[in-house]
Amino acid sequence: MSCINRHIISALVENQHGVLAKVAGLFAARGFNIESLTVGPTEDTTISRMTIGLLADDDTLEQVIKQLRRVPTTVKVQDFFDTPTIQRELVLIRVQAAESARRLEVMEIVNVFNGKVVDLTPKDLSAEFTGSEQKIQALIECLRPFGIKELARSGKVALARSPIALR
Amino acid sequence: MSDCSKNAKLHKDENATLNREPFHTPRVTRPPLADSKRKKISARVIAPPSEPPAACLIGPRRSYKSQGAWLGGEILTEALLREGVETIFGIPGGVLLSLFDSFYEAPIDIILVRHEQGAGHMAEGYARATGRVGVAIGTSGPGATNLVTAITDAWMDSVPVVFLTGQVSSNLIGADAFQEADITGITRPITKHNYLVKKVDDLPRVIKEAFYLAGSGRRGPVLIDLPKDMLMSSRDNVVWPDAVRMRGYQPTIDGHAGQIKRAAELIAACERPLLYVGGGAIASRATAQLIALSEKAKIPVTLTSMGLGVFPADHPHYISMLGMHGSFAANMAVSQCDLLLAIGARFDDRVTGRLDRFASQAKKVHIDIDPTSVGKNVKVDVPIVGDAATVLQALLPKVMPVAQRKQWLTQIAAWKEEHPYTYSRREAEIVPQQVLETIAKVTCGECVYTTDVGQHQMWACQWIPVNHPHRFISSCGLGTMGFGFPAAIGAAFGARSQGGLPVVCITSDGSFQMCLQELAVSVGHRLPVKILLLNNGCLGMIRQWQHMFFKERYSCSDLDLQPDFVSLAEAYGASAARVADPKELQQALEWLMATPGTALLDVVTAREENVYPMVPAGGASDEMILDPQEAVAIAQRLGFESFEAD
Repeated sequence: MSCINRHIISALVENQHGVLAKVAGLFAARGFNIESLTVGPTEDTTISRMTIGLLADDDTLEQVIKQLRRVPTTVKVQDFFDTPTIQRELVLIRVQAAESARRLEVMEIVNVFNGKVVDLTPKDLSAEFTGSEQKIQALIECLRPFGIKELARSGKVALARSPIALR
Repeated sequence: MSDCSKNAKLHKDENATLNREPFHTPRVTRPPLADSKRKKISARVIAPPSEPPAACLIGPRRSYKSQGAWLGGEILTEALLREGVETIFGIPGGVLLSLFDSFYEAPIDIILVRHEQGAGHMAEGYARATGRVGVAIGTSGPGATNLVTAITDAWMDSVPVVFLTGQVSSNLIGADAFQEADITGITRPITKHNYLVKKVDDLPRVIKEAFYLAGSGRRGPVLIDLPKDMLMSSRDNVVWPDAVRMRGYQPTIDGHAGQIKRAAELIAACERPLLYVGGGAIASRATAQLIALSEKAKIPVTLTSMGLGVFPADHPHYISMLGMHGSFAANMAVSQCDLLLAIGARFDDRVTGRLDRFASQAKKVHIDIDPTSVGKNVKVDVPIVGDAATVLQALLPKVMPVAQRKQWLTQIAAWKEEHPYTYSRREAEIVPQQVLETIAKVTCGECVYTTDVGQHQMWACQWIPVNHPHRFISSCGLGTMGFGFPAAIGAAFGARSQGGLPVVCITSDGSFQMCLQELAVSVGHRLPVKILLLNNGCLGMIRQWQHMFFKERYSCSDLDLQPDFVSLAEAYGASAARVADPKELQQALEWLMATPGTALLDVVTAREENVYPMVPAGGASDEMILDPQEAVAIAQRLGFESFEAD
């Protein structure tokens, strides 16, 4: 039994009708467990990049990659497991901050994490933060005592460090 | 005739091993059906109707292209013609009217079926018999969803078929419009690829890509969904692509040279090699290379049901099918071999049984065009991704000739001798195995066989020697009851261009009733489809499992209120007869084959007859149940008494 690792797979896919559904369905039909899935266009408007985070053992990972490559609209698939990568995730977070003291304290924490306050109302404060999964987790833990009202995470995006760039 | 005499010799050899002991101890545990439920009628030969109606015969045609701009439907028709399409199976519908209007004048045979499932299976039968891409068409909504079973069947058995479906107008998609179904969504997991055409300008490219995708690499079904407005809008200029350009789709044809060398080294080093060959070898037309490899390195060959015919059954190295109902020799060879060469086969669970005991002593080489199949179920030592024929061609010169493998081949011959396929004949009843053995003799292999799904399918795999690829057509992966008859019709259309071989559809009372309405098509086109209906009044395979694993509680496996199949076939205009007496069987089968056009023979067969050998699902391949007397006891000893349906 091989051990389960956290993987990031990057797939370049043709920017076509149904391609996201095909990939998502492929995971669902085989019971593979996706942690996160982000999609967005690339510098080539006909191609989108999917960044798929998943927990998998080696056999499952091999099947995932093979199955992804089997989709005719998939141009390229790469597993970033052993590859130096840049990984980021965006989080938008709204915290209760009705009193000015609390507000200052929250802003201080956001600053420490190199985040940015993007919205302020008399009742709450919204901030954006970009970083690795661990940093985001740390920020969330720091803000939790203040009362997190809402939170949205983008899921991971990743690029291999130059010159290993995919394509 | 020469072929026939060769076969005759083969059958003679088989007769020598056939257990001809009369059946003395009755193993019937349930009372036979009451007379009112099953009439016993001796062979009754009915003269064919004077002249079957000639439906849908194609008259002289004018140019199908109207003057002026191209309509979407005409673009599609022209694109299909450019792909060499001769035959399309389907049914029109509201959104397809303009397309069928274009078809009206086109030099394509449009075969009007009676149910879209039939159309899909016919396209499959056509593709499996010819190796070409089949085409089926259904309208939006129910027309499309009726195709789904056939699409899944084609997906599971890697059959190249392009499915065309109508769709409601683009502006109505998503509005729950009349006869709307999200067919691209529904079929996404069961197609190699599918398209929703959003611009009429895309049509020529989409068609070209679809045929290329369906017919190359690991073949399979491709669906094209055609909104009504695409078929009705017009274009002055149409650009026809001359090649397919798909960045993401480049199937690997040539195998890795280093791996091929390693495979050759393993063949040289092994003592007990075995070739395990599946449908992929038929798709890649690898028969010549397989025979050459088997003869050069003295390797015995076992085939999956999908592979039957790719290696000639009358070859001395052939040891019959393997797997759940495979031969004793094949399954023992798998468990004892020290090198397993899997070619175009995917280690299906019906083949392997218990995975950890499957060829556990063997190094494994796996040649397959689909990387996802390699290493999916079984770890292999030498994976080779590539086209079977191409890889074998490259492998052959690197294989050292072997003078003999006496010990191994002798062992296999002993296994064959020890437990051949056997059955016991009965005085008063026809035994199903006997029917298949006799039809093989009567046809001399000069036909295409299709089967439905169930006991008769497994007996056909066991008792019919197939010497050529594309001559045995069966739903193996999905196991679709109702497949056999429409597939026979499709195969007959395909065989038209190959000298018009007759097609024998081996079916049963259970399976046949799932698609029998296509009798209208078979009779209407005067197709040489010979329906051999094994009628045991029950769902035989279900009954077998209930017998073995569910303490003979026959829940819903008796088919009561059967129709009179002879009258039914006659109502459609087919010739039909019934036989129940073993002494009249051969004569009746000869009548079936000699009768022109579509004919049905209702063979009343013994009900208490099970398929052996049997590896129970989840059992190891050398744990076969061979003896019907002990079947239940063995099944229970193996731990299947509280059997969970798999």
